[in-house]
Amino acid sequence: MAGLISALIFLPLAGALFAGVAREKHARGVALGFNALTAIGAFLLWRNFDTTAAGLQFVERHAWIPAIGAEYLVGVDGLSLLLVLLTSLIFPFAFFAQRAGRGFCALMLLTQAALYGTFTAQNFLLWFLFYEMSLIPAFLLIKIWGGENRDRAATKFFVYTFLGSVAMLLSFLGIYFAKGTFDFAALAGLGKTGLLTGKVAWLAFGGIFLGLAVKVPLFPFHTWLPDAYENAPIGVSMVLTGVLSKMGVYGFVRLLLPLFPHEIQVLGPWLLALAVCSIVFASLAAWAQTDLKRMIGYLSINHLGYCMLGLFAVTAPASRPLPEIQAALSGVFMQIFNHGITAAALFYYAGLLEQRRGLRGLNDFGGLMQRTPLLCGWMIVAMFSSLGLPGLNGFIGEFLIFKGSFALAPWPTTVATLGLLVTAIVFLRAMQSLFSGPLAASCKTFPDLQRSEKWVVVPVTLLMFALGIAPQFAFRIFNATVMQMARLFA
Amino acid sequence: MIAWTIYITFAGAFGLLFMPRFFTRWIALATALAGFVLSLLAFFEAPGAKTFATIVRLPWVPALGMQFHLAADGISLTLALVTGLTAVSAVLFSWDVERRPNEFFFWLLLVIGGSYGVFLSADLFLLFVFYELVIVPKYFLIAIWGSTNKEYGAMKLTLYSFFGGALVFLGIVATYVTAGKGNVVFALDLQRLAHYQFSPDFQAWAFPVMFLGFAILAGIWPLHTWAPTGHVAAPTAGSMLLAGIVMKLGAYGALRVAMNLFPDGFLMWRGWIAVLGVIGIVYAAAVALRQRDLKFVIGYSSVSHMGFVLLGLATANVLGVSGAVLQMFSHGVIAALLFAVAGRMIYQRTHTRDLDALSAMGLGHALPFAAFCFVVASAASMGIPGFSGFAAEITILLGVWKAYPWAVLVAGTGMVLVAAFTLRALKRTFFADGTAADVRNVKSVTTLPGEFDPISVAEKLGAGLLIFATLAVGLYPKLLLDRIIPAIEALRVFKAGG
Repeated sequence: MAGLISALIFLPLAGALFAGVAREKHARGVALGFNALTAIGAFLLWRNFDTTAAGLQFVERHAWIPAIGAEYLVGVDGLSLLLVLLTSLIFPFAFFAQRAGRGFCALMLLTQAALYGTFTAQNFLLWFLFYEMSLIPAFLLIKIWGGENRDRAATKFFVYTFLGSVAMLLSFLGIYFAKGTFDFAALAGLGKTGLLTGKVAWLAFGGIFLGLAVKVPLFPFHTWLPDAYENAPIGVSMVLTGVLSKMGVYGFVRLLLPLFPHEIQVLGPWLLALAVCSIVFASLAAWAQTDLKRMIGYLSINHLGYCMLGLFAVTAPASRPLPEIQAALSGVFMQIFNHGITAAALFYYAGLLEQRRGLRGLNDFGGLMQRTPLLCGWMIVAMFSSLGLPGLNGFIGEFLIFKGSFALAPWPTTVATLGLLVTAIVFLRAMQSLFSGPLAASCKTFPDLQRSEKWVVVPVTLLMFALGIAPQFAFRIFNATVMQMARLFA
Repeated sequence: MIAWTIYITFAGAFGLLFMPRFFTRWIALATALAGFVLSLLAFFEAPGAKTFATIVRLPWVPALGMQFHLAADGISLTLALVTGLTAVSAVLFSWDVERRPNEFFFWLLLVIGGSYGVFLSADLFLLFVFYELVIVPKYFLIAIWGSTNKEYGAMKLTLYSFFGGALVFLGIVATYVTAGKGNVVFALDLQRLAHYQFSPDFQAWAFPVMFLGFAILAGIWPLHTWAPTGHVAAPTAGSMLLAGIVMKLGAYGALRVAMNLFPDGFLMWRGWIAVLGVIGIVYAAAVALRQRDLKFVIGYSSVSHMGFVLLGLATANVLGVSGAVLQMFSHGVIAALLFAVAGRMIYQRTHTRDLDALSAMGLGHALPFAAFCFVVASAASMGIPGFSGFAAEITILLGVWKAYPWAVLVAGTGMVLVAAFTLRALKRTFFADGTAADVRNVKSVTTLPGEFDPISVAEKLGAGLLIFATLAVGLYPKLLLDRIIPAIEALRVFKAGG
């Protein structure tokens, strides 16, 4: 099973080549075929993963550029595996969501390869290679196939992210210059005693923080997101929110928290404040939206805010009891996975509505319940999952985050609950204007869910229930990793 | 073996003049290919060329100490390789030159042969002869086959080059006189001079004169202004060679001659070089952001990228200087690709390079292959990992961290600006939302999308070669670094002060 991770990375690359030269109408088939292969690969990875071990597994290590400390070093721990599984779930889902020509498929598959690489690379330069590799395809996907304001949205997305990446790269070069390694594990080991000192440490911290905060995004670096999510074609929106946004959270867990414990502790209250602002402001902003996709975009910021809250609560306060840290970290990981599925599903439904109506404003619909009960029913499940109803997948992650964070940082957590309240309002308002009331004239001829759509909707919804009712199988993946990290932070 | 690149190229150039028109391009291609294959073989020939080892040494004017003396180390081989690579693709991209093709390829091959000569010369005077030999053909290439203000561009470029050449010549004469006191025989021999101890006072003024002379050709700010105008005016193959190779001649001369002969002078002045390099990076990128002509954007991007080379050289540590050499290779490939797309693939079909006019054409649909090439080249130029530009830039920046931490920040700003203007050019050229109807409103446009000739096989081959090179080096820079680093370590600068 040694080459499994490399296979996962290179399969979509090969797929991109094939899709790029396939006939226009066969491209999506090719892409889905390669996704079936990567799904098998991810499944094998999961089955053969030793859930009791905390360290990296399936490690592959080859020399790459010795002169500057770059290695081809890939491996998975619980967190990486979780994200690999998420990637393998979201991409086929996204391919089902829309018509796709060969250029589109090729770029999507490139993004997929980049994501597998990002989540498994254990050397900074390799990680950065994949991290950036997703940027150009994502830019082109928005720019070419996007909606009305695609130009502005794509540029904004690219420039923001690129600025953050350069800052991060320069910081890491500084770290390499001081410590002589790009290896994540080695750097994390050094981080405990303080990686750098004085001004340089703050500069490096600032650069990396900026890069990751833009990617997540964390308030106030989020302004690119609503534009990008709104204007991206629906499949790309699903991938952006489902997986790409997780790159930032992953970066926080893997890089920033272990490398700069001291700096984070000093800035703790401020970081917590940023997370709380993300949660509250984004939910309020979502309330103010009339465009369905934009609304889901803001809610995405809000949900990732919970992840940030959990992470900063774990590292910021001075006294940190182990069980609470475990709870918060588990919550964060669960939230990463669940938000990926739920947000992608919400975008999928928004796409279905837009396909039927040609518009996606909340006020462009009305009384859909009478006309398309199935579509509404399934969509409501996703909405409830997103607002964290117990029994559905969204609940468990948020619950654990709040449980852990409340003990660690009571005040910020209390304020953050406001976000939950507003989210509920946002969704209820959306349901009301979409589904109830008199049937709008423009919606009179809507078809209900087609068979092909049911094939997508049913498994995803089942997964939401499964994760909500029996989340153990997800916990098992990352339990050992959480224990190890919790000990690191305690 | 590598010496044959020079002989073959010159033989091909002169042979061309006596051939019927029909054969010219094939002979040019064969010559360029032979040079490329030879440089490739020499590059991979074991064992790694660590020292600047003699290949050929023939007496020329013994009384004055002039010899026909060629030598090569990892640096020379790397640059000879990029010369071969760019030469082949430049010939491929001028496959359809109709006007006086014999002469065109003659001048083209002279530039190529002269460049090989500079990279392989171990005699100061020989190096200077080759160096000047490159300038004249450039003038004719631009003045005869160029476009847009070609006389002005050609004249400006030539004058700047000659001015730089004069400074270099002054430095050479001073070196010759100083080192030749008593025994003139080896006073021009680069291998011997590399061990000669010049007095610090002498170095303090000889270094800046020599360095500046070479650096003008490398596009050092504020003496860079010849580069954009020259690049724009030149025919496609001319811009490819100009940006791809000729600018490297300057950087190579600065490293091989100025820095290696006058290490003390270099250590004295390197702070200033770093400052000028950094200004060049940011200033050129900022200017490129405001250009309307696609080729001007690329021209200024060349200046910005060469700023990285100068900054790398100024670090005076092995990583930084190795990165600079890697950047010379990388920029050679990337700039050639960018100019090939802008000059051949687009301009020859649309007859305009104005970004506004191009953005009305929807070229992304009309010329998908060109769009693909330009996306790859842009990504490489921005320094996206996986392409050669990234490998070179981080190697340089690692060196800069060691020498001038402050410069890292400024260079980082420069990288963001580079991304911004590249993205702008990419967007407006290929991915703006234009329709045929808009195109008719733009006066300068005569050809409508859909009437374009398809991309020819020669173009595809040339572009494929360059794309392969930038990807191969980007993914596995060890390929080049294994040759470059030992050669850099063997230079005197690093033994003396660095």
